[in-house]
Amino acid sequence: MTPNLPIYMDNHATTAVDPRVLAAMLPWFTTKFGNAASRTHSFGREAEEAVDKARDQVARALGASSAKEIVFTSGATESNNLGIKGAAHMLREQGDHIVTICTEHKAVLDSCMALEREGFRVTFLPVDNQGLVSAAQIEAALTEQTILVAVMAVNNEIGVVQPLEQIGAMCHARGVLFFCDAAQGLGKVPLDVEAMHIDLCAVTAHKIYGPKGVGALYVRRKAPRVRLEAMIHGGGHERGLRSGTLAVPLLVALGEAAELAVAEMPAESARIGALRERLHGGLTAQLEHVYLNGHPTLRTPGNLNCSFAYVEGESLLMGIHDVAVSSGSACTSASLEPSYVLKALGVDDELAHTSIRFGIGRFNTEAEIDYTIGRVVEVVNRLRDMSPLWEMVQEGIDLKSVQWTGH
Amino acid sequence: MAYSEKVLDHYNNPRNVGALPKDDPTVGTGVVGAPECGDVMKLQIRVNADGVIEDARFKTFGCGSAIASSSLATEWVKGKTVDEAATIRNTDIVQELNLPPIKIHCSVLAEDAIRAALADYKRKNAALQGTTP
Repeated sequence: MTPNLPIYMDNHATTAVDPRVLAAMLPWFTTKFGNAASRTHSFGREAEEAVDKARDQVARALGASSAKEIVFTSGATESNNLGIKGAAHMLREQGDHIVTICTEHKAVLDSCMALEREGFRVTFLPVDNQGLVSAAQIEAALTEQTILVAVMAVNNEIGVVQPLEQIGAMCHARGVLFFCDAAQGLGKVPLDVEAMHIDLCAVTAHKIYGPKGVGALYVRRKAPRVRLEAMIHGGGHERGLRSGTLAVPLLVALGEAAELAVAEMPAESARIGALRERLHGGLTAQLEHVYLNGHPTLRTPGNLNCSFAYVEGESLLMGIHDVAVSSGSACTSASLEPSYVLKALGVDDELAHTSIRFGIGRFNTEAEIDYTIGRVVEVVNRLRDMSPLWEMVQEGIDLKSVQWTGH
Repeated sequence: MAYSEKVLDHYNNPRNVGALPKDDPTVGTGVVGAPECGDVMKLQIRVNADGVIEDARFKTFGCGSAIASSSLATEWVKGKTVDEAATIRNTDIVQELNLPPIKIHCSVLAEDAIRAALADYKRKNAALQGTTP
């Protein structure tokens, strides 16, 4: 059975809004449009109640002990900026050193680099060849001056899950704040800011079947009480941490999406994980020289990142144009550099250029997986037939021994 | 990124994919690029007794624009003399395929591949005639 085309399988980039989430948010655009800060009339009060409910939903999804610990933002990028820069600025007197890892999202890396320009010192730790960092590795990088550790829950390219609980416990034992970018983690892996000792946690709606343009930052209030310097000043919304009229429909949607994501995670993970195994198994059964990038099991169920040796990623994407996926190839980026995440794993540039990221999500079906396997196998075979590298390998030439000209 | 119609046509229907016997003295082979840069082109020409390129073949590891540039290069060199083929410029390829700035390096690589194939052919024939090139 041919599924409807094109197929969307790039759910790490963004997700479709779940119809249940859309239904929850729609009334807040038209009939219930009040400003949540207008406490003097019923329009405002019902909006405020909706915001309170959404805050509760997000707090519960993260295992937070109080809804007061949730600050709404425009998305994970803003949450990352506010959490990292806001905490660093507040702790400046206590220290000037931050520890993070080199496979973080650009929103974290660039926030850290902005702090470097202000005089902070940042250690960007390497990861192992499966994309993981250990608590011991981080602890070894701490100094007397370290004020913050920033480690993501789940990597956006390879889906690997970092050992948050161990990292958090170590940070708390050493009296250092633990910031976690959980944009790709919420609803995909268990998250609990209490059990994992997370002090600051960034999430976004559009990775969990909610709309773009809304996210949240968890800010611990007890043991320790985390204080932040605000970046956006104004009417003092969100306890002064993020001024600006609350986007009630978006917050309602984030709350609904977060509640659904966590409630449905066990069943959804099992279903999506089976689809991922079907995709991986189908591809490797029909194609040789397909290499998995990232840890084989400590990864989110929906992520499959593979290198199809001797076939450049962008040309593969062109061939499977009715299946939306993404590539770590340089040709898909503006920089002409292949994926820095794969590079950090020690994946050769030549294999990084051949990598494809499949992101399976809530709305993908078995028929779509089977169609994708067929298309990828067909196009990889066609492109290998016209690849000079494949020809050399078939002739028994070791590509590493060739004197390439470069350009 | 949006591809031009011509790039899509060459990608979907590449001309002259394949290989010629690289040890044949009438065949010139050029291999340019590097796997770690994400593109490698192999372009081959077969030259007849009149010095005219009567056949050309390519294989390319690279993005759609790299495949299209090398496919177009094989079309263009066919029927040209060795000297005429040496006048093909990457800018002609950019114009014909409407390549965006970020893909200009693909056309440069195709020009390099033509030159490398011509040089290989000339080297072989100079050696055959016992003269130094």
